[in-house]
Amino acid sequence: MSATTLKRTPLHQAHVKAGARMVPFGGWDMPVQYTGIVEEHRTVRSAVGLFDVSHMGEFEVEGPGALAALQHLTTNDVAALQVGQIQYSLLCYPNGTIVDDLTVYRVSDDRYMLTVNAGNIDKDWAHVTQSTEHARDVKDARWRNASEGTGLIAVQGPKAEALVGRLADRDVTAIGYYRFARGTLSDVPTLISRTGYTGEDGFELYAPADRTERLWTELVSAGRADGVAPIGLGARDTLRLEMKYVLYGNDIDETTNALEAGLGWVVKPAKGDFIGREALEKVRAAGVQRKLIGLEMTERAVARHGYPVQKDGRAVGIVTSGSYGPSVDKYIAMAYVETALAGIGTELAVEIRGQAKAARVVKTPFHPSRVKKA
Amino acid sequence: MADVPKDLKYTREHEWAKQEGDRVRVGITAYAQEQLGDVVFVELPKVGAKVTAAKNFGVVESVKAVSDLFAPVSGEVAEVNGELTQKPETVNQDPYGKGWMIVVKPSNKAEWDQLLTAQQYEEYLAQGGH
Repeated sequence: MSATTLKRTPLHQAHVKAGARMVPFGGWDMPVQYTGIVEEHRTVRSAVGLFDVSHMGEFEVEGPGALAALQHLTTNDVAALQVGQIQYSLLCYPNGTIVDDLTVYRVSDDRYMLTVNAGNIDKDWAHVTQSTEHARDVKDARWRNASEGTGLIAVQGPKAEALVGRLADRDVTAIGYYRFARGTLSDVPTLISRTGYTGEDGFELYAPADRTERLWTELVSAGRADGVAPIGLGARDTLRLEMKYVLYGNDIDETTNALEAGLGWVVKPAKGDFIGREALEKVRAAGVQRKLIGLEMTERAVARHGYPVQKDGRAVGIVTSGSYGPSVDKYIAMAYVETALAGIGTELAVEIRGQAKAARVVKTPFHPSRVKKA
Repeated sequence: MADVPKDLKYTREHEWAKQEGDRVRVGITAYAQEQLGDVVFVELPKVGAKVTAAKNFGVVESVKAVSDLFAPVSGEVAEVNGELTQKPETVNQDPYGKGWMIVVKPSNKAEWDQLLTAQQYEEYLAQGGH
């Protein structure tokens, strides 16, 4: 894809001005790093970092049929969601494999917002609108794709609450994990969501696209004393890897099912029918063939997406994500391996440039989570 | 513009080579480490291994990328910088000094003249470096 066809977020100019290295990501021209991935990673773990995640998509659905539409489309139980609450969930195909992972926000009684992955916006939009078109009980649901008009900044790190609190017109300490509230930050109307993708406490701030740069600038200057820094996609990836948070396109996709990916906790067949339910119930009854596990390299080497996993020379799985983990100071990876070999402590190997390098199945997350649970 | 010391020779794959008596010390350039970003892993040959000019002799990995290392000259590996195993970030911090990778006893002296001079390498970088 040539640079001219890449999409730009409202913060594109700010990144270029800050000297970011820009790379194509899911059809977008995005900052991969500003000063260096390892340094940015440490800033988020020790202070606070700002991420431009405006490329992510936002869909709204409202009306008397909105709940039924979401119950049909997503795997988690939307009926359990209160106004002001957020739910991690999945869109699945009828065979139980994954269209996308997403968060569902209950905005009011019959109004919801869905946040989806940037590279999947078009696919997801087609999926949610077409899959509900013919379903009888979900007719009274109106869909709106708000992706273009919405900017999104993640503020993550132990000092995130202090920084956001300083700019907000309301008490953000009262917003619990996976909860949100509306407010203004530096006069910018914002949906303040206590969520993230780093394992640190923090917020994701949704703002109108044309006000997002203002919000970014205010966060940068208000956070100077906290040591705030902009963080690129490179550190976003190492931070989420240390938490074993899945990344669509790497660890989950249209070939992986929700249960083998370890996402059974958001699959709720008791709520009634949904797309993929029957297939996932069969998988659950039979047991999964393979599991997504955490690997630590016991021999020095970097495991990467697509590298084969072996046991005594036999192919038993595949690496889905892997890197150096700056906070754990180890080479770590996520991989699908045969269920019988998924136990903690199992000695395996990763084939790297033709050589088997020793690895071990370890407990995850690799680094302790510090998200603010209620 | 990245630092290009005048007393070194260079490859188009961004390795530097330094004549030290009858041996040649090898590393990657300031430009290369900058392009790679944080180096997190370096894989080098053992002392005594044979390397061939323009052929891969090892690997350097950053958080995001895997890059092959290419030998500037052919010969036998006389020394290896073992410190890089524990401290790969040295390649970023001091690419022309403590971040060196191997020392080669060259087997074909004519190859030295095939390498880029500092001026040629600078021109090559000015044209985009690839």
